[in-house]
Amino acid sequence: MKSFTYERVDSAAAATAAFARTPGARFIAGGTNLLDLMKLEIETPQHLIDVSRLALDKIEATADGGLRIGAMVRNTDLASDARVRRDYGLLTRALVASASGQLRNKATTAGNLLQRTRCPYFYDTNQPCNKRQPGSGCAAIGGFNRLHAVVGASDACIATHPSDMAVAMRALDAAIETVDAAGKARAIPIADFYRAPAKTPHLETVLAPGELITAVTLPKPVGGTHIYHKVRDRASYAFALISVGAIVQRDGSGRVALGGVGYKPWRVEAAEAALPRGAKPVADGLLAGARTTHENAYKLPLVERTLAGVLTQAKG
Amino acid sequence: MQTPEEYELSRRGVLVGGAASVATVTMVPIGTAAAATPPAKSPPTAKVAFEVNGTARELELDTRTSLLDALREHLHLTGTKKGCDHGQCGACTVIVDGRRINSCLTLAVMHEGEKITTIEGLGTPDKMHAMQDAFVTHDGYQCGYCTPGQICSAVAVLDEIKAGVPSHVTADLGAAPAVTKVELRERMSGNICRCGAYSNIIDAITDVAGVKA
Repeated sequence: MKSFTYERVDSAAAATAAFARTPGARFIAGGTNLLDLMKLEIETPQHLIDVSRLALDKIEATADGGLRIGAMVRNTDLASDARVRRDYGLLTRALVASASGQLRNKATTAGNLLQRTRCPYFYDTNQPCNKRQPGSGCAAIGGFNRLHAVVGASDACIATHPSDMAVAMRALDAAIETVDAAGKARAIPIADFYRAPAKTPHLETVLAPGELITAVTLPKPVGGTHIYHKVRDRASYAFALISVGAIVQRDGSGRVALGGVGYKPWRVEAAEAALPRGAKPVADGLLAGARTTHENAYKLPLVERTLAGVLTQAKG
Repeated sequence: MQTPEEYELSRRGVLVGGAASVATVTMVPIGTAAAATPPAKSPPTAKVAFEVNGTARELELDTRTSLLDALREHLHLTGTKKGCDHGQCGACTVIVDGRRINSCLTLAVMHEGEKITTIEGLGTPDKMHAMQDAFVTHDGYQCGYCTPGQICSAVAVLDEIKAGVPSHVTADLGAAPAVTKVELRERMSGNICRCGAYSNIIDAITDVAGVKA
């Protein structure tokens, strides 16, 4: 690991100010992904700004009947919150399907959104990777890529976003609240939060350098049956091959978001109109324009079949 | 970056130099690296004070020091084990402010003022914690390397169930989770045992929880 200086801050304003005056700084909260990458020298910050003790660890009701989840709320606490379990069951289900108990105790809401891909070539510094080293090439294209993206990928990168939580957040229409160094706040719909890889896969979100996530908001509950079905190589503690997060209403209408298929949680609102007609037309709409390799082509039928199972389960 | 030729050269240096001429052996790689490396300055340090197993400790550490390395290398509490050092195996599990975490994936300096419990703090050979006792009774290990992490994790798991933390296998999110084998297996999935003592580990935990297996 490269050496770095360290400071702990106690306010969002102090955090963004510290970032502005220190070149090569990164925020650290749970650290479970950042430190892992620092050990491999994939991340090499010169300065760490510890934001883990900011008073952003509350889950509060919003005026419009939704919830504001502080950026520092731990995954365990978010999954356990009585309001989340009752009204946003999809979010609890996605969280408890992710990582391990130890990691969920440390990982934060904001950090979960910002975790980086688990593409093995991104992790292997002996391999070219446009995300790790822009312009170096992509070893996953033509390499071992059964875990990789089937939608939204580019000729520069076929990595997937690994978060389960983000899949639920996408189906729930979450918005990400931030503040920048000038003190300017904004709310970014999660649909607009992740950047397509295109020719610049190292740029993963629309956040500006030094912009800090302060909260994630959920609109008021939409009811329905909440199901998160994650398909993985082992029954627990593994990243998704694919996952289906769904909210299904009594009349058969609903929402679907997918994990493990692209650079972001994948949702196509237009495809959801077909939900009462079953899994196939919805899966076709979600995966329109998919580009597969011989190793990851299985993901297309797997999405359809998993969605079919989810819809059957939703009928009770 | 080392080119294949340079690698070949240093490798040959090792072979030719052998044990008698250490200087020759090391000269080539150092000479190659030195050109790109600025003069060494000591890495940044920071002070941290926390409580470990009930005792106040103060350390000044290289900021890079993980909580795991602080415990093992600086406080000589070697019960906590380093397995993968990447949060994949759970051997480094300790309990911080009542919660189990991977001590390898957290910086020691981030734990100012916190209370850390390691396997040494749960019990001693003369006065074992109930979970340690149950692991012995049920033979919940083979080589024993993952055991401190397993035990710390197991103690915290029972508290998590008591606190109502749901898991992937909790059927009803509206109800309190129960202590069942299925729940325990899921909740212990962050602790890998390469010897495969899993069934005995679950027997030990259900014993402590007072649940009939």
